[in-house]
Amino acid sequence: MSMPRLPLLAGVAGFGFVAVTAAAETPNLGKPLSPADIAPWDITIMPDGTGLPAGSGTPAQGAPIFAAKCSACHGDKGTGGIAAPVTPYAPKATLDGGKTIANFWPYATTIFDFVRRAMPYNAPHSLKDDEVYALTAYLLNLNRLIGDNDVMNKDTLPKVKMPNRDNFIIRFPERI
Amino acid sequence: MAKKRLPPAAAEPEIVAGNGLLHRRALLGRGILIAGAAATGLAACATNAAAEPLTEGPWSLKVGSVIPPYQTPSRFEAHVVRTQDNPDGVPRNSRARTPHHLLKGIITPNGLHFTICHGGVPDIDPAQHRLAIHGLVKRPLVWNLEDLERYPMVSRIGFVECGGNSAPLFSNEPLQENVQALHGLSSCSEWSGVMLSTLLEETGIDPKAKWMIAEGADSPRLSRSVPVAKGLDDAMIALYQNGERIQPGQGYPMRLWLPGYEGNMNVKYVRRIKLTEQPAMSYYESRTYSQILPNGKAYRFYFLQEVKSFITSPSHGLHLKGPGIYEITGVAYSGTGRIRKVLISADGGQSWGEAALQDPVLPKAFTRFRMAWKWNGGPAILQSRAFDESGTFQPTRAQFTALRGQTSKPPAVTDFPSQHFNAITSWGVNAKGEVTHVYA
Repeated sequence: MSMPRLPLLAGVAGFGFVAVTAAAETPNLGKPLSPADIAPWDITIMPDGTGLPAGSGTPAQGAPIFAAKCSACHGDKGTGGIAAPVTPYAPKATLDGGKTIANFWPYATTIFDFVRRAMPYNAPHSLKDDEVYALTAYLLNLNRLIGDNDVMNKDTLPKVKMPNRDNFIIRFPERI
Repeated sequence: MAKKRLPPAAAEPEIVAGNGLLHRRALLGRGILIAGAAATGLAACATNAAAEPLTEGPWSLKVGSVIPPYQTPSRFEAHVVRTQDNPDGVPRNSRARTPHHLLKGIITPNGLHFTICHGGVPDIDPAQHRLAIHGLVKRPLVWNLEDLERYPMVSRIGFVECGGNSAPLFSNEPLQENVQALHGLSSCSEWSGVMLSTLLEETGIDPKAKWMIAEGADSPRLSRSVPVAKGLDDAMIALYQNGERIQPGQGYPMRLWLPGYEGNMNVKYVRRIKLTEQPAMSYYESRTYSQILPNGKAYRFYFLQEVKSFITSPSHGLHLKGPGIYEITGVAYSGTGRIRKVLISADGGQSWGEAALQDPVLPKAFTRFRMAWKWNGGPAILQSRAFDESGTFQPTRAQFTALRGQTSKPPAVTDFPSQHFNAITSWGVNAKGEVTHVYA
């Protein structure tokens, strides 16, 4: 928080640009990159589902994967471990804690993106896409955001309505 | 604000604000007194006690050791270290905090720069590291480190601060912790590298691109969405920190440096930048670094590390040894630009005097401030309040928490109730000279 907020920020931020562009006599050493070249690294999933791979999974398929690969840190059924709980243990998030998938996460696609890129903690990026879909379905079901038999895939996952989606305020819109 | 000015007495430094704050001329005119106080760890004041006899130490009577290839601090400085909140490598994120109370100047030594890792510190072979820029560009390109070494480089001094630095001050009661625990997730270095705009000039940019999604080569492939406007303004692919290759904890062999922006966005081990129309809503931006507000809503894309300062000495845990002249010093910085002035209070904000700013005063960098203070041995509350060149200044903690909230009970000092805390920090001094953390 600043006091007061001033409309001068863009002008200040833009100051460095002239000096930078003036120095740009580059050796042009970047090598061309084809879509196939970048594919193994291009794992970003967008909120509209762009980037989601083929495959699918259900809560029932995710439960045993969670028990085998996640519960050691996140606890049985997602509570009571050393890592952040993934169940809806708090009705709302406050400064005392309690950000959950159900009460805070604005996009279901973020679950797929993060689990695939970063989890399990000790074997990151080791899950197959079907396993990631199954775990995503399991977590959404634990958070009571999808039904027991709902299938998550590249079409259904972006359509999951997240309760807190419209509760965010862009802090400095002029900086975007 | 009330600014009390008293005429200077004949041989006394001019008092500029209540409870003994002295004009910054006192720093020059009375330099010997102040240096004496600082050199003995705040123990000495202007006393006339007889000096102890001068003797020869054993180090003066024998030849010293071989000069090492890489010098590390004296063994007597072994206490000047970062605090680790996950020393045993439990499978979760881990942090190391800068000991501001033991440092002077504006540059944080490389080994003491704060570090946060969300999957441990990776051991990256620089020869195998690549940086790819793709997405909404005309020519997707990839570089290796050797390539980037050939590019025109820029060196610039600036701070990196975790968005969650100072989060313990969201506690409803002041936590009795030192400046390292409260504000240790902020550090300042000289960074050298290639401006991102230089590389984007080579790829070309599709006019539809509004965001760039930066991703690291660490185990969580940490990913943040950054406005392209920032990428073209002053973003750097930093390769060097204070002259040497950036340390593993800072992103070796390269990191994205976004001067003045939330630390987590300064993606370490950066290997991929994808230009897009929309942000990715990654875990760290849509969940972790979104700040809950008292009304139940949350801020998103805060980005900016706003104007802040804190007194590093005297600060919590230090002990004033008796009335006399002390130097009040600390750091101030702002993500919008230069620090314009820093005001100091010794009476809990009732009156203020202007501190001396040590050159250089650089944009988006630590600025060292100093002020002479004549402690009369009574209670005092020390505060600093920074103003930046955009006209913004630090709010009081009461003003801040009225808008941003606080906890209902004291959290663990390592918790992050919220982020982007930049209100005034207060240190209380009691009649015994003990310094504590207070709210005022």
